[in-house]
Amino acid sequence: MWKWLHPYAKSEKSYALSGKLMPWFLVTAVITFVVGMVWGLAFAPADYQQGDSFRIIYIHVPAAMMAMAAYSTMAIAAFIALVWQIRLAEMTVAATAPIGAVYTFIALFTGAAWGKPMWGAWWVWDARLTSELILLFVYLGIIALYNAFSDKVLAGRAASILTLVGVINLPIIHFSVVWWNTLHQGATITKFDKPSMDTAMLYPLLIMIISFAAFLGFMSLYRFRNEILHRESHRPWVISLVQQSSTQINKRG
Amino acid sequence: MFNAFAQIVRKELLGAFRQQSDILNPIWFFVIVVTLFPLGIGTDPVLLARIAPGIIWVAALLAALLSFERLFKDDFIDGSLEQMMLAPYPLAWLVSAKVFAHWLLTGLPILLVSPLLAIFLSLEANTFWALFLTLLIGTPILSLLGAIGVALTIGLRKGGVLLSLIMLPLSIPILIFSTMAIDAAAYGQSYIGMLALLGAMLVGAITLAPFAIAASLRVSVS
Amino acid sequence: MAFSSFSEFLAMGGYGFYVWLAYGVSLLSVIFLIIDTVYRRKKIFNQVEQRLQREQRIKAAENKKGTL
Repeated sequence: MWKWLHPYAKSEKSYALSGKLMPWFLVTAVITFVVGMVWGLAFAPADYQQGDSFRIIYIHVPAAMMAMAAYSTMAIAAFIALVWQIRLAEMTVAATAPIGAVYTFIALFTGAAWGKPMWGAWWVWDARLTSELILLFVYLGIIALYNAFSDKVLAGRAASILTLVGVINLPIIHFSVVWWNTLHQGATITKFDKPSMDTAMLYPLLIMIISFAAFLGFMSLYRFRNEILHRESHRPWVISLVQQSSTQINKRG
Repeated sequence: MFNAFAQIVRKELLGAFRQQSDILNPIWFFVIVVTLFPLGIGTDPVLLARIAPGIIWVAALLAALLSFERLFKDDFIDGSLEQMMLAPYPLAWLVSAKVFAHWLLTGLPILLVSPLLAIFLSLEANTFWALFLTLLIGTPILSLLGAIGVALTIGLRKGGVLLSLIMLPLSIPILIFSTMAIDAAAYGQSYIGMLALLGAMLVGAITLAPFAIAASLRVSVS
Repeated sequence: MAFSSFSEFLAMGGYGFYVWLAYGVSLLSVIFLIIDTVYRRKKIFNQVEQRLQREQRIKAAENKKGTL
């Protein structure tokens, strides 16, 4: 049934639909970002042990969580792409990967900047930081593979396969790194696993998580639309879209 | 079906024996890399024995990377890959035969030279056996993982570096579990658990990887 | 309010450098992502437009040939 549906009409429709959804994601992301940042940076009480350095948590944890969420999105999309051969799902994989990579980088960098005052070193081979580093490598591999193909249809399929291989591997990597870590340095400070967090600290964190999630949605829709435009640049609907936008610019100028 | 498997393995082995440098070069590379470490770090036997598992495994990973290039390259150029796709057997099955042959040509020689390296790095007998067993279980997983990477990058002009970028992060668990098993052996502890984990990963790789390789080849050849 | 003055807010209880470094670099990388994404969209639009113009020019040239 999927193949029978006219593929071009479908991508045009999903272009329009994602265009309608984008403002909602953007508004949610901006509002929650402002609220979460002000609350987290200025109003949340300082941690009794870590002082104000704990405020890095408001970007570190959301970035790390959403980096994983981005990979799960990609894995589901890759599965759909390979089983039902839906091009749009391949484009989702390609669209989400760079955002996931940036989030992973943020999680890594903020983890390091947090680790310096807490552990006294920029980099500690902590289990979480290490698996985040490997996640970044996996992301970069997928992006590099996608960019290496000049034919974007093949690129999408290859990236989907690699994403699926990665999703089987990532839990094993995480498990192995955690075990490796407990063996090699038994007593590191587990700064992340707090038994209970004060609600005054927790609410801004939840708000920031929503913000990062909404921004992830906004960005992946934006890049998804880019992918559609790029691949279908010869279709009449894209051409008329371009003509419309250029006449608008001419009128304004 | 088993006949086709055996024929592919036989053809691969024959081809490799005609071009012996293809098999020998990665092994040379492996031995040379391991030799460099004592020269760079110093010859303290205690230190060498301590870092030997890591050195040998990282060197084995790099040597495996070098050898992957030829796994599908010739078949890709002369069109026999396309013939394999048209053959009346599942592509995943035929590809498994290729990977098995590749392991015989690259993984097995690494196993065979490992006693020499154990002497170089002053490993004790117990530790050496752990190293040998992890190599025995681990190198087939490397071959399977690498074959996925090769199948994805074979159509690309600059596939070599990309292959290592893709494959090395995925092979980290093998490295971790293998070196942990060897470390455990060095401290006189039981390492059966790590071997069992590696074995589970091997079984998983054998069942899943051929399908990923076949799918990737279909992408690259089309 | 956890801070009594703005300078105290900037100092972050002595951890100011690390906190603002983390926030700054995160913001920069997100801005980089946004710029890259918007730039790509512009590039696709420009490419299509250039192609259309080229096609128009070719058509115009062919029409001229026909009238000669």
